[in-house]
Amino acid sequence: MERIPILRMGQFLIVSIQVDMHDRLALTLQSDLATRISETGARGVLLDISSLEIVDSFIGRMISNIAGTSRVLDAETVVVGIQPAVAITLVELGLSLPGVRTALNVEKGMAMLRHATGFDGHDAAPGSTPLSESSDDSAAV
Amino acid sequence: MADTSRAARSESGRIARVLEQDSANLLEAWIAAQSKVLSARGSISANELRSQSREFISLLQKAIASGASSVDGPDWDDVRGFLADLSKSRAIQGFSPRETAMFVFSLKEPLFERLGAAANPDADTRTTDVWNASLILDELGIYTTEVYQKSREQLISRQQQDLLELSTPVVKLWDGILALPMVGTLDSSRTQVAMESLLQRIVETGSDVAILDITGVPTVDTLTAQHLLKTVNAVHLMGAECIISGIRPQIAQTIVHLGVELGDVVTKASLADAFRLALSRTGRTVTRIDAHVNDRA
Repeated sequence: MERIPILRMGQFLIVSIQVDMHDRLALTLQSDLATRISETGARGVLLDISSLEIVDSFIGRMISNIAGTSRVLDAETVVVGIQPAVAITLVELGLSLPGVRTALNVEKGMAMLRHATGFDGHDAAPGSTPLSESSDDSAAV
Repeated sequence: MADTSRAARSESGRIARVLEQDSANLLEAWIAAQSKVLSARGSISANELRSQSREFISLLQKAIASGASSVDGPDWDDVRGFLADLSKSRAIQGFSPRETAMFVFSLKEPLFERLGAAANPDADTRTTDVWNASLILDELGIYTTEVYQKSREQLISRQQQDLLELSTPVVKLWDGILALPMVGTLDSSRTQVAMESLLQRIVETGSDVAILDITGVPTVDTLTAQHLLKTVNAVHLMGAECIISGIRPQIAQTIVHLGVELGDVVTKASLADAFRLALSRTGRTVTRIDAHVNDRA
């Protein structure tokens, strides 16, 4: 049966959806991911949907559910790579994914996860914002 | 059945004959009549008017001579095509609907005079001829007006499209900071275009912060606020932060009076404030280089 691979990278799990999402696949992914989080004790989940061009309300709810499940299992979820058309569709469907962190690309998503979970040695000082990922370009204007 | 069609043929034949034999005089009289209507503007040259009129008479004569009773038929294709072109070009040149329609209607008077003057045996035939000619010209006149209106509508919709595209420029204020200055009333189609171009630019530039400046939006009602919130939500989904700026005092009051829930959307009074916040969110600050300038200030 077709499955979406869940990759482990340190304390984080990475899921990249590269195929057309159908309902059964979405359900499988949800249960697989929940299992993997509890098995590995992962602290963060990065969900890359940059290849996803079509979403419906079901997929939108799946994303919410994955984030909810992860939170219960003490893992932060960041959804990255939402395409403009997908973002507009989700908003028009009334699914603004409250409580789900989003980032523009995988790199920013990883930075956000590290910051949120305080892992990977890059413990950010309290008060700094999740967006300030590189300090060397903070030159005075 | 055959009788009536033959009768119609002979009647239309009489109109065609008048158009053919007396075309030179008819043309002069018609141009005179048209000049009366057009005199106020003079945006068309006498030569052009003459050649247009001559062509129309000859096309009309051919079409009537063919004996087809319905103006919609294939025999009238040339006449309709000519009128469509004329009407379109007049619509673009800025002629009024009246001036455009009068091109056809002003032919009535000179044509009817000639139909009456022709060697017709009795008043009945004369009346029938005038009636038939009148029917044809009415149809053509209405057709001309329809085409004129359609061309105007196309012109308007094209301009609307242009306006849509022009009125939603996404500007890059700094690395990772975009601004969308919105000008004019926010309706759903404009918001849609603005949202699309903003999201596209966020992807292209990899921006972290987008500032939605509504200084140029005259009024904010519940619908407008909803459009704004949609845009903010979409930007959030893309993984960027959205700041709304340029909220004038009256608009702030309106938003509160209407009970619009802006949720946790960050709002700032001016674009400068929003930019300052955006800089600090991306880990930057603005400082003066020269201490003396600072002292004097």
